[in-house]
Amino acid sequence: MNRLSVMSDDRVDATVELLMKEFSQRIIANPPGVCPIDMQLAFLKVCHAQTCGKCVPCRVGLGVLEELLESVLDHTATMETLDLIEYTATNIKNSADCAIGFESARMILKGFEGFKEDYISHIQNHRCTGSFEQPIPCVTLCPANVDIPGYIALAGMGRCDDAVRLIRKDNPFPTACAFICEHPCEARCRRNMIDDSVNIRGIKRYVVDKATAAEVAVPACAPSTGKKVAVVGGGPSGLTTAYFLQLMGHQTVIYEEKKQLGGMLRYGIPNYRFPRERLQEDIDAILSTGVETRMGVNIGTEKLAELNKEYDAVYIAIGAHTDNKLGLEGEDSENVISAVEMLRKIGDDEYPDFTDKRVIVVGGGNVAMDCARTAVRSNAKTVSIVYRRRQEDMTALPAEVEGAIAEGIELITLKAPLRVEADEEGKVAALWVQPQVIGPVKGGRPAPRKARKEEERLECDVILVAIGQKIVSEPFEKAGIAAKRGRLCADASGALNRIGMYAGGNCVTGPATVIKAIAAGKAAAANIDEYLGYKHMISTDVEIPEPLLNDKLPCGRVNLAEKESWARRDNFEGIEYTMSEEEAIQETSRCLRCDRHGCATLRGGRQLEW
Amino acid sequence: MVNLIIDNKKVCVPEGTTILEAAKTVGIEIPTLCFLKDLNEIGACRICCVNVVGKETLVAACNTKVEEGMVIYTSDKKTHHARRMNLQFILADHDFRCAACVRNGNCELQKICSDMNINNLPFKNHFEEDEWNKTFPLIRDASKCIKCMCCVQVCNKVQGLGIWDVINTGKRTSVGVKDQKKITEVDCALCGQCITHCPTGALKERDDVNRLLEAVADSSKIVVAQVAPAVRAAWGEGLGLPKKLATEKRMAAAMRALGVDYVFDTNFSADLTIMEEANEFLERFTHHDQYQWPMYTSCCPGWVRFLKTQYPEMVSQLSTAKSPQQMFGAVTKSYFAEKIGVDAE
Repeated sequence: MNRLSVMSDDRVDATVELLMKEFSQRIIANPPGVCPIDMQLAFLKVCHAQTCGKCVPCRVGLGVLEELLESVLDHTATMETLDLIEYTATNIKNSADCAIGFESARMILKGFEGFKEDYISHIQNHRCTGSFEQPIPCVTLCPANVDIPGYIALAGMGRCDDAVRLIRKDNPFPTACAFICEHPCEARCRRNMIDDSVNIRGIKRYVVDKATAAEVAVPACAPSTGKKVAVVGGGPSGLTTAYFLQLMGHQTVIYEEKKQLGGMLRYGIPNYRFPRERLQEDIDAILSTGVETRMGVNIGTEKLAELNKEYDAVYIAIGAHTDNKLGLEGEDSENVISAVEMLRKIGDDEYPDFTDKRVIVVGGGNVAMDCARTAVRSNAKTVSIVYRRRQEDMTALPAEVEGAIAEGIELITLKAPLRVEADEEGKVAALWVQPQVIGPVKGGRPAPRKARKEEERLECDVILVAIGQKIVSEPFEKAGIAAKRGRLCADASGALNRIGMYAGGNCVTGPATVIKAIAAGKAAAANIDEYLGYKHMISTDVEIPEPLLNDKLPCGRVNLAEKESWARRDNFEGIEYTMSEEEAIQETSRCLRCDRHGCATLRGGRQLEW
Repeated sequence: MVNLIIDNKKVCVPEGTTILEAAKTVGIEIPTLCFLKDLNEIGACRICCVNVVGKETLVAACNTKVEEGMVIYTSDKKTHHARRMNLQFILADHDFRCAACVRNGNCELQKICSDMNINNLPFKNHFEEDEWNKTFPLIRDASKCIKCMCCVQVCNKVQGLGIWDVINTGKRTSVGVKDQKKITEVDCALCGQCITHCPTGALKERDDVNRLLEAVADSSKIVVAQVAPAVRAAWGEGLGLPKKLATEKRMAAAMRALGVDYVFDTNFSADLTIMEEANEFLERFTHHDQYQWPMYTSCCPGWVRFLKTQYPEMVSQLSTAKSPQQMFGAVTKSYFAEKIGVDAE
């Protein structure tokens, strides 16, 4: 026996580690709709396998819980079993010696709270509430249910124009989503089980670069119904509704307060992420259906009443365009600029000039990154982002944060703004901050608290405030539309509490993603059509290629490259490179075609019309 | 000193005291099952869990040290529920056909379940079954093991043999002979300490009583009994007899009544062993330089097994005499058989 030995690579350990990695990928790709209790039971078995077996609650208790859950799934449980499950899990949580035990029990209790109705359904109806209603993970998770495997297959065959047509069946913004969609579709891509999710957004980017929205004609509109629909707000949600209603034969008119259409796609997202001329391609295609626009019109309470009389239906999609204030002393000093205000001006080509200025951006979301990266491109001497939590707590996409860092932006984390110091002329001189310590998790993420450290003075010339946006809901509330904390209360169909009035997008959800706004617009279009007494179906005649019979061997995911930071720092041109044809063909071949395999073959897979 | 409150009683104990010990100083007995002071303070059974006010989860009293200002409840609702459930968990994993168990009436698990009023089991009951050579003097019944690990600890830390080890993980965690071996393949001294420290009937010595009853019932057999000194001194205690009545003669009469033909006292053969060993000692002592020293007694088979396996280099220092029990057997089959005129076979 050696007294001590050097750790060496063990074959068993290495294999287990590899399998664990693959297993976690599998968990990521968990198909939506599976029985939550069956999943819990499976998790519980994993937890049980992890125990060292020393303590009773873990070694025996978890097994007991497994049997109880099995009895629920096997229809031998009664309603009393539910109490026993909760009681058992509580006692395990309370008396286990380490996290292997008490966290297992906590998971059960969480699920118990979260899907109790499923437990009851299993016991009383001998049925699960879950089912593979929508068996294609990417389509299910896309809020607009875009036919993703379909357009990937078309792209792989080089039929990019058909791909655009197919995307437009559900989403009239193929270009916008190709550039800036947060791609929830990729989250549970089944390809994760083999290697990594398919780069769906990247493929879409390839599609719209090969066949631009400007080149691919929109479908013909249905015969005119004579109905008129007003759309308040020319952002992605309003434009989507207008597009589909127009295709259905209703005349739509968009009322937009600003000079140009596009909403946050123009007035929130900087050009380097989504070049304006590319946005215009989507907008022009939408307008080519015959949508009318009234630009520079602000819809107040009275005007809304007029629209309500004049039109057969109204869709409100005004977005969330006003800023949150820091609420700090000195916030009204000169050169304290709101992010919303700056990005709005840029939308109309009024670029700021920060030459020789030291800029501080307050906030940690995507808008804060947009502001900081815009400041860099506006000649700022230095740009720093001040955030009261840690980098990993930022709500911005990690890629956006990394992009900002690559452009020379400094992250000053764990500093909470205290007050703005102004000079004798009333201009910003510094931002005072209080150092923070990251602490216990509150509401799902670690909360910072005041550190036992002195206040700090960060000298600067400009402060950009990017701490969220609000909705200007007052005029609509005055008109009797129900709202909760500024958000208009629309039901699942998009309908408001006024007959014939609908709403969707950020003004209903609060600041959210563009694809959610598009999805809301799509749903509203269908429901307004019904409300008007019609059932126009939106479909496409694009035929989808047969799946490739290739072996599904692990293969790396093609990621989109970005322009080198030195080449992008001084201009607002697009920074992301598209895929090459070679890359696109490989990437499209990674798609497992869940629309033609597995559950989809049973359920029909593709939604051909809506 | 540390000040704290346990079940509304003020307690003042030296720093480093466990909650279990602190509670004991004010007359509060916290039940334990796996705990063995200084040997097994692993908090495995979670029966001694108590509620420290301000902590979300319970803590094991046996291995948690007191802290200044602690407020503890040892049998409030939360504690009581967890304690009872952990006992039910143990039972769910235990063969509780108690009537057929060697420890029936003398079982720590049985007693604590009775104390905690465990009179139902809301869970399915199933237990580990594992094969064991039933002819070996030490028998492990996996279905009774509650995995308290006392056997592992006492064998390792006190006896220094480490025959037992924790085997497997997850729900199949158990106790087994170390290094994937069988009990017959390792150097178990058969000292019996693991049996003594087992709270249940999971570890026991091979029971030969039935063989005795068979022999007594066989009229063609002459049955000779020898009584160890410890039995002679203590036999009345288990029967509740006062010392005055629990005499040697009454014991012999009782054995005769059971059907034993001859009853002897091991004292006799112990004297033989001593004489043998004394002679041997004189021989070695007078030829001091021809032997390794010191000379060790061989009167305990456990000790002999221990020395042979652990210190084989000292085997020559053992006396060559048989143990009193072995010697008695030999003498019975030779001298005594001849004396009463019976064929030794």
